[in-house]
Amino acid sequence: MEKLTVDNRSIPIVDHFKPDGTRWTLREKLWLGLTPRQYRQQFFRNWVNWLMIGIFAVGIPLILQRYIFGLGSITHGSNDYPWGLFLGFGLFSMVPLSASGFVLGTTVDIFGRKDFAPVERLALLNGLLGYFFAVVYLLVDLGLPWRLPYPLFISPGPAAVLFLVGWHVALYLSVQIVEMIPAFGEWSGWLRGKRWARSITLGLTIAAIMLSTLHQGALGALFTYAPGKVHPLWYSSEFQWIHFLCSSIFAGLSMVIVSSTLCKWTLKWRADERFLKSLDTLTIGLGKGCAFALITYLAVKIVSLAQDQEWSYLLTGWGQYYLLEMGVGVLLPMWLFAVAVRNRWVGLVRFAAFLSVLSVIWNRINTSMIAFNWKLYQEIPSWQEVWVSITLFALYFLVYRFILYRLPVLYEWKGEK
Amino acid sequence: MNTQLSRRSFIRGGLAGTVAAAVLKDKKASAAHNFEGYPDAMGVVVDLTRCVGCRSCEAACNKEQRLPEPAEPFDDFSVFDYMEHGQKRRTDEAHYTVVNRYDVPAIDHPLFRKIQCFHCNEPTCLTSCFVNAYTKTPEGAVIYNPKVCVGCRTCLVACPFYIPTFKYSSAFSPRVMKCIFCYDTRLKKGKPPACVEACPQEALTFGKRTDMLRVARQRIRETPGKYIDHIYGEHEAGGTSWMYLSPVPFGEVGLDTDLPNEPILNYVKGFLSFVPVVLTLWPALFAGFHLLATRKNRVEQSHNDANREG
Ligand code: SF4
Ligand code: SF4
Repeated sequence: MEKLTVDNRSIPIVDHFKPDGTRWTLREKLWLGLTPRQYRQQFFRNWVNWLMIGIFAVGIPLILQRYIFGLGSITHGSNDYPWGLFLGFGLFSMVPLSASGFVLGTTVDIFGRKDFAPVERLALLNGLLGYFFAVVYLLVDLGLPWRLPYPLFISPGPAAVLFLVGWHVALYLSVQIVEMIPAFGEWSGWLRGKRWARSITLGLTIAAIMLSTLHQGALGALFTYAPGKVHPLWYSSEFQWIHFLCSSIFAGLSMVIVSSTLCKWTLKWRADERFLKSLDTLTIGLGKGCAFALITYLAVKIVSLAQDQEWSYLLTGWGQYYLLEMGVGVLLPMWLFAVAVRNRWVGLVRFAAFLSVLSVIWNRINTSMIAFNWKLYQEIPSWQEVWVSITLFALYFLVYRFILYRLPVLYEWKGEK
Repeated sequence: MNTQLSRRSFIRGGLAGTVAAAVLKDKKASAAHNFEGYPDAMGVVVDLTRCVGCRSCEAACNKEQRLPEPAEPFDDFSVFDYMEHGQKRRTDEAHYTVVNRYDVPAIDHPLFRKIQCFHCNEPTCLTSCFVNAYTKTPEGAVIYNPKVCVGCRTCLVACPFYIPTFKYSSAFSPRVMKCIFCYDTRLKKGKPPACVEACPQEALTFGKRTDMLRVARQRIRETPGKYIDHIYGEHEAGGTSWMYLSPVPFGEVGLDTDLPNEPILNYVKGFLSFVPVVLTLWPALFAGFHLLATRKNRVEQSHNDANREG
């Protein structure tokens, strides 16, 4: 892509009009202004795409197998571990990693920190796609995916925590779609849609905060249905939802740092000066946010240990594993963020962000799978389950990139808007 | 009971408020639940001193519920040695009930313990299900409606006794499989479940739960030393319709003795009671933040304007 953009001055497309004054058609915009042949060329030149092809070649047949022969044909179909990787990773980890939308929305639109605007759209997109794919993971995991609307409309069970998660994720997905309309409106020329969406930004942002607070927390609260099954160190009936909520804040922020870093490294042609110039400063700002969120998280963790009098567990094997998680997953990134922000070491902020993204995934998998059934045994997911999880993540990556290539997320639209 | 009732409606009200109230007007949704345990609920006492491990109850259940024929016939006792992941047999999609053997050092013969759905007074499977697939009937049975189940398996996660199982083998009509106290075919008509009827040792006694408690207490009282002075299920997880008497501590026959004496739902309360707070306070709070935070900008803005004019 880089090469082609150098050869051809009319791409990347940033305007409704070509240099010669004619209008880009939607189709041309979709092809990035390339001919199909050029498009194919750039596609196959990229080794990442070959990796994707490899993943899909095995993953898609596995997904078909799941729909034809049942969930039990690609997972262990365990009754002791009803939730495996599809939820442990796909739902419980993807959702906090997608808290970016509401966190940055709050920063920019509520607290008026317009200086973060260059990464706001990236954060919103990251949020939207993360939620969307959490639902995709859910569709693979649900026994009867075609009944997805049942809890919402057909047979609602309003006293259940999962009911709240379902409704909130559905509503929040809609909110995020509206929040992305401005970018889509500029690119496609649908300006009425854009103006309407802009006019209700504040309302949307507040709705996003409400919905996010509750469903991020609710994912944690789901485990309070199994008080005896989750190891006490990963469980707290009063604080579980606060743990999940707090950690989603640094998870979301870190995800913005990671994703913007990848964009800076690999999508430079698509980003504009505004984004590239401000990114380092903003990364440090985001890192500061992460450091604060991590400190809060740590404090709540300690309070809940004290409240439930769980100190003695720390001396057991589980305790060591827990301390490892807290050390590598919380203290270390917290310290790195703090040092990096103070010395303005952008590279280190990025590393710390990467680490805390992993640590949130680790925490969610620990809670939902490893410390779950701690009195019974640990289950290792089947390779098919792992592969399908990776396949869906690869799909998420492709869609993410597809949109970044086109919509004004990393750059400002030059045309009428 | 009254406080429970109001707590319930409070929780339901709070959650319901989070979505369009219109959706929830559905009468059935709110009437389907009765969490307090019905006064006339039936129950069963399982007396482990009487069970000889003949597996007749398993066979009867299999027949009554038209479950698939198992790999090992019901007179095959090698299943007692079966272990998977270091665990003895558990319920699965082909077994609503299983009998396991426990070799307890304190006594000279092995003990056998049947397990099945406990038919909790306040079942967590029911309260955790977001489509109301479960119903606690006035007769005490906890039954399941496959027509609305989405297959999320939260009920499997939530059941403290590891009872419900999922028919993973089916792609097109998977469902939860669990003991329903023979509700459709027997309990509804006032008859005891098939397993109780099949037991040659009278290890299972069926009757009103309140009477069963009395029977159990009487046995403990009248034969001192024979039983541990505890009725497992009287209070566990808020009380269950199926209850156990044992000569040895319940942990030694594979029953979880760490279960709380209150309904599991109480553990979820902390979060649930916070929901209305977020819904009512957050909008005002964040709108306020917005005004405060942007005031400086606006003030500066007008300053600049003033300066420029001046
Ligand atoms: S034992 Fe489990 S499945 Fe049976 S009623 Fe209680 S919670 Fe539900
Ligand atoms: S698996 Fe079915 S019955 Fe169980 S909680 Fe989910 S929807 Fe309800």
